[in-house]
Amino acid sequence: MDKLIAGKTISVTEEGFLTEYSQWDKSIADAIAAENDVTLTPRHWEVIEYIQNEYKNDVPLSIRKIGKSGVVDIKEFYQLFPVAPLKTATKIAGIPKPVSCI
Amino acid sequence: MKNIVIIGAGTGGTIMANHLNKELNKNDWRITIIDKRKEHYYQPGFLFLPFDQYKPEDVVKPIQEFIPQGVDFVNVAASRISPNDHQVILANGNALLYDILIIATGTEIAPDEIEGMKSDAWGKSIFTFYTFEGAKALRDKLRDWNGGKMVVHITEMPIKCPVAPLEFAFLADSYFKDKKMRDKVEITYVTPLSGAFTKPKATATLEYLLQEKNIHIEPDFAIESVDNENNTINDYGGRSIPFDILVTVPTNKGRDVIEVSGLGDDLNFVPTDKGTLQSKKHPDIFVIGDATNVPTSKAGSVVHFEAEILTENILNFIKGKEMTEQFDGHANCFIETGGGKALLIDFNYDHEPVTGTFPIAGIGPLRLLKESRFNHFGKLAFRWVYWHMLLKARPIPFVTAKMNEAGKDF
Repeated sequence: MDKLIAGKTISVTEEGFLTEYSQWDKSIADAIAAENDVTLTPRHWEVIEYIQNEYKNDVPLSIRKIGKSGVVDIKEFYQLFPVAPLKTATKIAGIPKPVSCI
Repeated sequence: MKNIVIIGAGTGGTIMANHLNKELNKNDWRITIIDKRKEHYYQPGFLFLPFDQYKPEDVVKPIQEFIPQGVDFVNVAASRISPNDHQVILANGNALLYDILIIATGTEIAPDEIEGMKSDAWGKSIFTFYTFEGAKALRDKLRDWNGGKMVVHITEMPIKCPVAPLEFAFLADSYFKDKKMRDKVEITYVTPLSGAFTKPKATATLEYLLQEKNIHIEPDFAIESVDNENNTINDYGGRSIPFDILVTVPTNKGRDVIEVSGLGDDLNFVPTDKGTLQSKKHPDIFVIGDATNVPTSKAGSVVHFEAEILTENILNFIKGKEMTEQFDGHANCFIETGGGKALLIDFNYDHEPVTGTFPIAGIGPLRLLKESRFNHFGKLAFRWVYWHMLLKARPIPFVTAKMNEAGKDF
């Protein structure tokens, strides 16, 4: 389905995950973050960039993996994205819902 | 003479031994299967043990009964795989050379991953039904429990049989109703997922059932520790849930042999091509079942379907041909909902579980994603099918390795 995000028509799943990563940009990240009551700080961006790189390298994401990434520990990951952090962070990063949720 | 070695005589390894024994010429190939255990467990039965619906002897038989004549059974642990030397080192110091290796080592629980979980309270107020011993200990506890707060909990994904903890909650509701003590028990379902299940349509149905059975759900809970003084589980977000009985599914990991051999990911699952089931790193290694990292459920039905695909692929690999068979992630799971009823779900990598009929489109007799008594009998009958057909790689009528799209309400 299509959704208007940051003034652009973006293709998303029912749950609001982008279906085309190429449609993502920083203004879209800010808009999705705001919808989820998150204000993006430089720390958030470090995590988002890490997540996007892992996605580009085809590495499946999980909370465990992020906790061991050296970028952020699980405690801080929760402080940055308090509600369902992996889901929220991947949604903001414009990548599909992690397949660890099988 | 060439060698196929299979590590693990659980569901996947045993089915592969039976398939390959039928297909391969014994003048050219020797098939060896390695397992340190002597018992084969019918793992879906662990769910029923705590509620006294199955007896322990219903779910265990000797491994040897299911290994066909013509396949060597080596009853020793595999301690290391050496992919460069193409050999498996055994715990007794012997080494087995292979031309083709099949890893079927499964997954095991790792309660040590969470602080405070494997404490003195393990087996007293903290339980799991993911092992034979755990399920029996929980049965003994429930037999004379007076009630209180029961928390059914998933530590992190992925886990074997992701619907099992939900089934446990449903069956607990029935069990306490039958014992006329449901009003004395508060059941809470705690999950790291955002809802009862991972796929939207099944989640809607399952959450309705939770509500109907007065089971409270706590989603998005990422456990940090178990507090054994206050009997609570605490998550990274600061939430805290009290329990009198904690029934947890600990972190699931692949086996140590995978880790020491450097073949696994961060949870010791082997990176595997999700279509061909070949190891991503070593062309002469194939992986089946819970041991893989492929993005579908870790479940017996998946292993059963994978085995048909993998057999075809190995036969082509031996002939030097392209491996054309592609596994589609097909899973087929009965979900016990209590009160003698069950749901059935059928799905794959691309399609989430939906309503419809199974296995014959438009006829059934089983109904998908709807509660029925017939589905429950299907689940019970499955134990017989498992021991007599599935492990021995006999075809199950109408049930195909790849998911059938007909009869489903997409």
